[in-house]
Amino acid sequence: MSTTLLTDLVIFVLSLWVGFEVISKVPATLHTPLMSAANSIHGIVLVGAMLIAATTNSWIGYVIAFVAAVFASANVVGGYVVTGRMLKMFRKRPTAPAQPAAARDGQAS
Amino acid sequence: MSGFNFATQLIYVLAASCFILGLHLMNNPATARRGNQFSTAGMVIAIATTLALIAHAGVITATGWTVMLVGALIGGGVGLYAARTVQMTAMPQLVSMFNAVGGGAAALVAIHDYIRVAAAVSGVAESTSITTLLDVIIGSVTFSGSIIAAGKLQGTITSAPVSFPGARVVNLVLAALGVAAAGYVLSTPSLAGLWIVVLASLAFGVLMVMPIGGADMPVVISLLNAFTGTAVAMAGFVIGNWALIIAGALVGASGGILTKLMADAMNRSIGNIIVGGFGTGDTAVAVLPGAGAGVRAISADDAGIQLAYASKVIIVPGYGLAAAQAQHEVAELAGVLESHGVDVSYAIHPVAGRMPGHMNVLLAEANVPYPQLKEMDDVNPEFARTDVALVIGANDVTNPAARRPGTAISGMPILDVDQAKSIIVIKRSMGHGYAGIDNELYTNPKTSMYFADAKTALAELTAAVKTLVG
Repeated sequence: MSTTLLTDLVIFVLSLWVGFEVISKVPATLHTPLMSAANSIHGIVLVGAMLIAATTNSWIGYVIAFVAAVFASANVVGGYVVTGRMLKMFRKRPTAPAQPAAARDGQAS
Repeated sequence: MSGFNFATQLIYVLAASCFILGLHLMNNPATARRGNQFSTAGMVIAIATTLALIAHAGVITATGWTVMLVGALIGGGVGLYAARTVQMTAMPQLVSMFNAVGGGAAALVAIHDYIRVAAAVSGVAESTSITTLLDVIIGSVTFSGSIIAAGKLQGTITSAPVSFPGARVVNLVLAALGVAAAGYVLSTPSLAGLWIVVLASLAFGVLMVMPIGGADMPVVISLLNAFTGTAVAMAGFVIGNWALIIAGALVGASGGILTKLMADAMNRSIGNIIVGGFGTGDTAVAVLPGAGAGVRAISADDAGIQLAYASKVIIVPGYGLAAAQAQHEVAELAGVLESHGVDVSYAIHPVAGRMPGHMNVLLAEANVPYPQLKEMDDVNPEFARTDVALVIGANDVTNPAARRPGTAISGMPILDVDQAKSIIVIKRSMGHGYAGIDNELYTNPKTSMYFADAKTALAELTAAVKTLVG
């Protein structure tokens, strides 16, 4: 087993523990935004897609790089935007007391 | 390692730290938005660093730049459009699609790496290949499985469990084929072998999700989320990038925790859920005391009177509320009741809806303040002090049969709705919930049934309450 693989494994395992520790404190009410935030974070695979495009010079490499770039960037952009959109809705108090509904129906019809 | 490469690795670790900080800030709705901004900043830093790294290395071709930028623009555009236009009720599908593309991209990274290494040298270095193959397998399973899950959630594919005789044998054959091919390509670089691994994994993903029913979706989405994270971490092993390893591990942990929470909330093991839905065999329908006894139907006016003159009301929303898109109507009813001095809160079962926290997002969209949304353990003691429990489109999670042994849902933690002084259930028919058994709550003498679509029913109830409280 190479030293690189060993280092990578240590980082992986420690990060798992950090993840368990941090995420177990997230309240149930935020579980959907949490999953969506986790979604945007795994969009980091875009870095991998970019590095393919940077090192390849075969047509199959370009095809793979292209598809991976489309997938990963949809993941990154969509994930962050939708998480932000959801989190903006969580309020401690109603913004307009006694008239809570109606207003925001624009996008939901 | 050159100074430049050393610096970029350090910056990747900084980006990963932003992800951790971002997730940490999600422990409170008040700081969660800042968390998302930290996380976004981390992503921007990682991408900018990669661009700098690529420009510095200088081996990229003009085609390479074009492929990368055009791909990113198209993907980013699609992601932006989907994120801006998606309805909150459709969030589980979107999350599932993001799982699919994330897993797919991770698998592609490994496939490309395998092709490159196999072309360059006669033998593949073993340590690289194991993670490469794990990435290919997990990524492909996630890709096809998540697309099927999204299709089921969208209704494009039936949400009922789909299985066929011998499905388990086919699954085993596929798994064996995948593992055998993976073992072969480990020792002998073979592109054909790699494609067999990919195809077997894709087929396995489809067959894994098809037999899983709608109400088990919270578990499946969480599990696929964990898979995606693991695949991305494996991609980090493949290309030797710490940011991917750390980020992937964080997502893997997040998905793992949510999977466990969801499975516990249904008192089922993950294996049991994957193997198949309820009612596929040994779960005989329990005979109820008083089954077949009449249920009491109630009119809008009578229900309105009960609600208007209550001092404490707990609303119990379920998937039916999301399916009817009635989150704004329920918030309006709650608003009218509150302005009349009624104490209103919401009881959210962990698996209500189609993904973890689905109900909370819907109600947040309808402007319900999050302190009103109570978790199961906090709200259960309150039912005994509640005048009216209003159940909207929730079924199995309110069934007292779960407390007795010998039913399909025995042992599942439920909301103690039957402890309330009176219960109103809004439901379209006496149809069964996912577990396929009668809900004893409906035949409880304290329960009145209001047979209507959630949206219509809530509008009628609100009108009735308004005429009473003027």
